[in-house]
Amino acid sequence: MIPNDLKYAKSHEWAKIEGDVATIGITHFAQEQLGDLTFIDLPKVGATLTAGAEMGSVESVKAASELYAPVSGTVTEVNAALENAPEAVNQDPYNSGWMLKVKLASAPADLLDAAAYADVCAAEAH
Amino acid sequence: MPYVPHTPEDIRRMLGVIGAPSVASLFDEIPAELRPKSFDLPAGKSEMDVLAHLEALAKKNAVNHVSFLGAGFYDHHIPAAVDALSMRSEFYTAYTPYQPEASQGTLQAIFEYQTAVTRITGLAYANASVYDGGSALFEGAMMAVRHTGRRKLVVCEAVSPIYRVMLSSYTSNLHLELVTVPHKDGACDLAALTKALDADTAAVVVQNPNFFGTLHDFTALFAAARAAGVVSLISVYPVLQSVLKSPGEMGADVAVAEGQSLGLPLSFGGPYLGVMTCNKELVRQMPGRMVGRTVDTEGRTGYVLTLQAREQHIRRQKATSNICSNQALCALRALIHLCLLGQEGLTRTAETCIERAHYAAERLTAIDGVKLLSGDAPFGNEFAISLPVNAYKVIDKLSARGVVPGFPLGRYYQGLENVLLVACTEKTSTESIGIFAEMLRGALK
Amino acid sequence: MNTVFKKSTEGREGVWPVKPEKSAADLLPAGLLRGKSAGLPSLSELDVVRHFTQLSKRNYGVDGNFYPLGSCTMKYNPKFTETAAALPGFTRLHPVLPQLKGAGRMCQGALEVMYETEQLLCEVCGMKAFTLHPMAGAHGELTGVMIMAAYHKDKGNKKTKIICPDSAHGTNPASAAIAGYEVVNLPSKDGIVDPDELAKVLDDSVAGMMMTCPNTLGLFETNLPKIVEMLRSVDALLYYDGANLNAIMGKMRVGDAGFDVVHLNLHKTFATPHGGGGPGAGPVGVSERLVPYLPVSRVEKLEDGQFFLNYDFPKSIGYVAPFYGNFGVFLKAYAYILRLGGNGLIRATENAVLAANYLRKRLDGVLDVPYDRVCMHEFVASACKQAASSCHVRALDIAKALLDRGYHAPTIYFPLIVKEALMFEPTETESLDTLDQFADDLIAILAEAEINPDSAIGAPRNLPVTRLDETRAARNMELTDDL
Repeated sequence: MIPNDLKYAKSHEWAKIEGDVATIGITHFAQEQLGDLTFIDLPKVGATLTAGAEMGSVESVKAASELYAPVSGTVTEVNAALENAPEAVNQDPYNSGWMLKVKLASAPADLLDAAAYADVCAAEAH
Repeated sequence: MPYVPHTPEDIRRMLGVIGAPSVASLFDEIPAELRPKSFDLPAGKSEMDVLAHLEALAKKNAVNHVSFLGAGFYDHHIPAAVDALSMRSEFYTAYTPYQPEASQGTLQAIFEYQTAVTRITGLAYANASVYDGGSALFEGAMMAVRHTGRRKLVVCEAVSPIYRVMLSSYTSNLHLELVTVPHKDGACDLAALTKALDADTAAVVVQNPNFFGTLHDFTALFAAARAAGVVSLISVYPVLQSVLKSPGEMGADVAVAEGQSLGLPLSFGGPYLGVMTCNKELVRQMPGRMVGRTVDTEGRTGYVLTLQAREQHIRRQKATSNICSNQALCALRALIHLCLLGQEGLTRTAETCIERAHYAAERLTAIDGVKLLSGDAPFGNEFAISLPVNAYKVIDKLSARGVVPGFPLGRYYQGLENVLLVACTEKTSTESIGIFAEMLRGALK
Repeated sequence: MNTVFKKSTEGREGVWPVKPEKSAADLLPAGLLRGKSAGLPSLSELDVVRHFTQLSKRNYGVDGNFYPLGSCTMKYNPKFTETAAALPGFTRLHPVLPQLKGAGRMCQGALEVMYETEQLLCEVCGMKAFTLHPMAGAHGELTGVMIMAAYHKDKGNKKTKIICPDSAHGTNPASAAIAGYEVVNLPSKDGIVDPDELAKVLDDSVAGMMMTCPNTLGLFETNLPKIVEMLRSVDALLYYDGANLNAIMGKMRVGDAGFDVVHLNLHKTFATPHGGGGPGAGPVGVSERLVPYLPVSRVEKLEDGQFFLNYDFPKSIGYVAPFYGNFGVFLKAYAYILRLGGNGLIRATENAVLAANYLRKRLDGVLDVPYDRVCMHEFVASACKQAASSCHVRALDIAKALLDRGYHAPTIYFPLIVKEALMFEPTETESLDTLDQFADDLIAILAEAEINPDSAIGAPRNLPVTRLDETRAARNMELTDDL
């Protein structure tokens, strides 16, 4: 459940980089840890993200967790469907569960590839 | 020993199972240096003796005066069934409904309370209540601060001074700016309030009826606030709200209230009930408990505490508030009270209160030198009169003769030393209004 | 069960007052009146009585059910305190009366209740002064931290942080944050605060530390004297969360032990009913150096024995309540303390600790008890063995199975530092028969679950509803009958 074509942050967000645009969301591992999501708080279109800084939060019945921006840039699109159907993140975190599209301010640094991220998950699962 | 059932034999058995030589040994971990330096409390008394003592203290309180005191806290009739039902021990000896399957009574009652108060304010969402009207106002202001990311609160001076002092205590470490817009002879200065709204303002805070009893329509102010990205926060009086234009109809974002007038005795200041309602846009900022409807594994309707991820036990220092309970029993009383009166009963109550107050104002202003502070501004069940003498003088004279004529506004407002705030409820008889008027006439001679 | 709104029948008469001569439209300008009716229900008195009586039967309370809910002290609430609080001499008293000059004479009885209650709490806790104003435990915490902030501000101390141990109730960090502080989380060692860990985070920027003792694991903080000394060295204040006072009355006093601020939960230790989640009362006591910062007003006694309210404290944090706190609640605590007396309070503590240790021993080996030593008034067990075994029965399932047998469940989502926690607090008021029956039933539940896990996983079955879909509730946000 860790697609090879994506990049990952240690804080469990993924980014799909296509030219100077990144699509971002949270990983399968993250959604599984949180359980059924009930609410997702995302920045608005036009907001500036800084890699590693808080950009929003997700809530489940018994937990809440901050989201950290995996890349720096400006939000160009928000997945509006998540407002009424946060379960998409549980069901399909890498496709219909995407959260933001971001116009990159700089080339992303410090992101992990699938293999390195798999190690992070394995370490946390213990 | 009262309320401890263990016999000496029970205690011996329990110590045997624990493997401890004595009860005292269970406290061995407390070092000698931490043992009490004193514990000089009176010896226990029988139930009869304690009750006799408290009855004697209760008698020292003068509660049989004819009273025109209000100031946001009113002596309404409480139907007998409110006491009878809320004193069912299944309600009052239960804890916060953490185990929903064993707490459907409390949960459904809170859900119904939430429904009732949203109908009263005309806003869609409510929480399960907070401590009192003042803490509700503070929490409402904090909702606006979080929602807007702004740090200025524009507060009308005719908002209860009791709540305004709470607001300034609570916000003193939070780096917020409180801007107070002066009242004009007991009326809200709508033009000045509108003018005070700017790009740094999180909320405009008003009250209806205001502390002076004066009524307003804040529709235009709230529209201006919306245009400026400012949250409109209003504090209301639930009984009068049965007839007055609702916060929802005025376009408010957050409406709060002191719920004491709904089935809670005055009880020297508490326990009371902080009512909080808001529109959909702000519901995620709502503090405290909320109950939501759902289904069980068999598909039956049931109720649970919901949206708990906002709360302190999950979010810790990032929670919307540190509040971790509600005034469940007070909310239950308010709900039962509203159900017993119904729409017709609450409307009649409000109309009677207003009718009596208007009659009282007519009688009192017929006395030489007594005028309504706010002139012909409309008022509900309470109004301010200016007297030719200091209001305290009148209070002293009349209360010695069994009439407490009202609240001296000079206590909170400089320049209003001669102004008395007079409240009526459905319990205020026209006879007592007549007696008050005659006594006041005599006192001013 | 239908909501009360669905039971409404137009025209049915409730407890209606006489119709006034004038309507709102006669009395007020049309522009001030509501267009849409609030739509409150029309019900007969019996409709209402039956609805709420039936609702009450869908609830567990201490009177009907053993309620060993850890950290909540669900002891029996004596009935006579309700009689006392219902006296018209108290219920009819208007709170602004003392603000009319000289009108203190009209409420001497109430002021005496306040004064005496404060004195009694001072002696129980060894504090210099108490305020009764905070309206709940969490409100007391906020008040206490505001007092700490006022002290530092007055002394010119630049303090920005409050330390909270990881075993702390979530309210502690939330209260500190709302009072404007940054929260520093302190890891525990063997279930208690470790002075070495404390040393790592303690510096001049620390305003204070919030602790409870015994802590939320039911363990006594044996390093307390050392902790007090360390905090004093940087002029940091020590806050006592009184949630667990029932464990130490007459055995240790908060003030003697070096704490500067304490809040109490009168609805726990002093037996005022929890009311389904409130109203509570959270009085705050302080050491001598913090007295100037207490909220106003404060009740004082004159030489002639008269009581009055003093508002003249320029360093006070101001007002935290509209008046004097939840009078109707602390009045019950006052009656309870008078009834028990000093010896009665000590007996309450001794028997609460005895009962907790007895139950701990009865369940030892059945459940895992991670901190297996003498506990105070409560203890934490863990269902980690059961959860990890082939039957996969978790703490939640055990809790639900207990509900089916007529018990309220122990606390299960707390403390966070124990996995699959079950926190038991039997209190001093439950008989040995009740404790034995409870232990036997819990053992039977676990034995049955081993053979047939679904017996617990499918619980409860005997209550008005089975497990509820909390995710659906949070997603749909159906918070009223109109949504």
